[in-house]
Amino acid sequence: MKKPRILIVDDELSVRTSLREWFLEDGFDVTTAEDGLDALRRLDEGPFDLMIVDLKMPGMDGISLQRRVREIDPSATIIILTAFASVETAVEALKMGAFDYVTKPVDPDELSHTVRKALERKHLTEENLRLREKVSELAGGGPILGDSPAMRHVLELVETVAETDASVVIRGESGTGKELVARAIHAASPRRFFPLVAVNCGAIPETLLESELFGHEKGAFTGAHYRRKGKLELAHGGTLFLDEIGEIPAKMQVDLLRALETHRFTRLGGSQELESDFRLVCATNRDLEALVRDGEFREDLYYRIHVFGIDVPPLRERPEDIPILAEHFVRKYAHQMGRPVRELSPEAEELLRRYEWPGNVRELENAIERAMVIGQANRIRPEDLPLRETPESGQPADRSLEALEKEHVARVLRQESGNVSAAARVLGIDRGTLYNKMKKYGIRQG
Amino acid sequence: MSAEVLLAFLNGYRPAWQEELRLRVGRILAHPVRTAPLSIDLRDFHAPERAQFHATLLLAELLRHLPEGGGRIVGITDVDLYIPVLTFVFGQAQLSGPAAVVSVMRLHNEYYGLPGDETLLLERAVKEVVHELGHGLGLVHCPDYACVMSSSTSVEDVDLKAGEFCPACRDLLADRPAVPS
Repeated sequence: MKKPRILIVDDELSVRTSLREWFLEDGFDVTTAEDGLDALRRLDEGPFDLMIVDLKMPGMDGISLQRRVREIDPSATIIILTAFASVETAVEALKMGAFDYVTKPVDPDELSHTVRKALERKHLTEENLRLREKVSELAGGGPILGDSPAMRHVLELVETVAETDASVVIRGESGTGKELVARAIHAASPRRFFPLVAVNCGAIPETLLESELFGHEKGAFTGAHYRRKGKLELAHGGTLFLDEIGEIPAKMQVDLLRALETHRFTRLGGSQELESDFRLVCATNRDLEALVRDGEFREDLYYRIHVFGIDVPPLRERPEDIPILAEHFVRKYAHQMGRPVRELSPEAEELLRRYEWPGNVRELENAIERAMVIGQANRIRPEDLPLRETPESGQPADRSLEALEKEHVARVLRQESGNVSAAARVLGIDRGTLYNKMKKYGIRQG
Repeated sequence: MSAEVLLAFLNGYRPAWQEELRLRVGRILAHPVRTAPLSIDLRDFHAPERAQFHATLLLAELLRHLPEGGGRIVGITDVDLYIPVLTFVFGQAQLSGPAAVVSVMRLHNEYYGLPGDETLLLERAVKEVVHELGHGLGLVHCPDYACVMSSSTSVEDVDLKAGEFCPACRDLLADRPAVPS
């Protein structure tokens, strides 16, 4: 088990030495600093589980140091060390977020108890975060994928690969349920008790993607007011799911390759190398091999991520899954909306079966959700289902080109669940142009 | 002369149970243990304002009295010990080092206003001496409350633990010599 790291900050050598010996015997990895600036330098070298900070020090005192530390890492756990005369200042430190304070000389029992409590709270806070991730992850995706022979084959592949730590690329059209497959791999893997951290590389503007993946230090760029952990760091112990991997910009592919190969990386604006143990699962609706041939995707990155491939068939190739999925979504939205479960009329079922589903399972889910919202009868009827119209139908001839464009852009974005890259491809324009149009028409991504 | 563990009784402290302590520590460590009196000038380590003695400085002095031919030394004293920042310590050792010191002052029942109990005092002394020797052998505090290497910050903690190493600590000790070569 990894030793907890403790930083002792005190200007008195004898105090530093005594506490160092004391905590070494307690099994800590101990670092000492003689003043505030020295402490900040030590913090640059890596995070600590606990800091013990003397209140009165020449130069930067304990309160100022605490303020600086909390600017960098708001979750830092600090115990203030003070002489009896400064208890009022210690109370001020508590108000500013110190875990507790102890007065010098401190009873060993009290010090031991305070440190134990501080570490327990830190552990519980971290555990709480992990559980929240886990709950949102479990609540986020249903397990229903389908029961057709094609999907049963996919599930067999999931079972085969889940036990290993091999990188997986899930291929399939937009909306086929690639993320559900990724979640199924994670749920069946030995890493299932740790988070699955998903990043949609196509939905995040290029400028923010690097920070999203690797995290950033305070001040790394304008607006970086706090240190922020990246998704690679958050996926420690679990699975990192990179959706739309084909959208990773060329200059980031190098950094990503290095991080995937070594599992080591540096936060944006930082110098400290971090380590994260994660299993990688990627998804794409693009032909990665063609991208490699065209020089848009690095070959070495392709081979790094593509140890095992799973193809998720489009919904039109497995129509027998449509009723099962439709019933699943009806139950899901009935539960969410607090409404009774409604049956599909035979005509609606027939319509669903005949439809081509260009937006795949996502389009089916959206259609059912809308039908559950607007439908009034006990049964879902064909007219409740918002299936795509042909380009010629239903458009009045007196509307401006801009109005039509605005409506079309918004519709395609909705259809692609806010995925800008996917929407840009459907529209036949690049992402930058689409962002400009979204800004012009005031269309939101989500 | 072969390497050994020396229990050095400091400045005239000669409890009746020192031979029993020697035998029991030797049995637990499975290594020869010897006792001897040792006189040290403690004046330099005295903090009059606290009426205590600085354990770390005393430890440094003990390093000058290691047994000939190598080995370990545990100073045993009846004066109260402290390290700066803490109100007191029962003892102190160099982690993975050859010297340790144990104070019996706060191991006496009388210190807590209770009737004296020499048997209990011996039990406590055995645990503290073995505990500090464990640190000397590189062991850190053990989460098993019954293990002699569990942390004791009160005499009640000392009474709660056994005088023996738990299986996990014993495994860690298996590859380490009881005395440095």
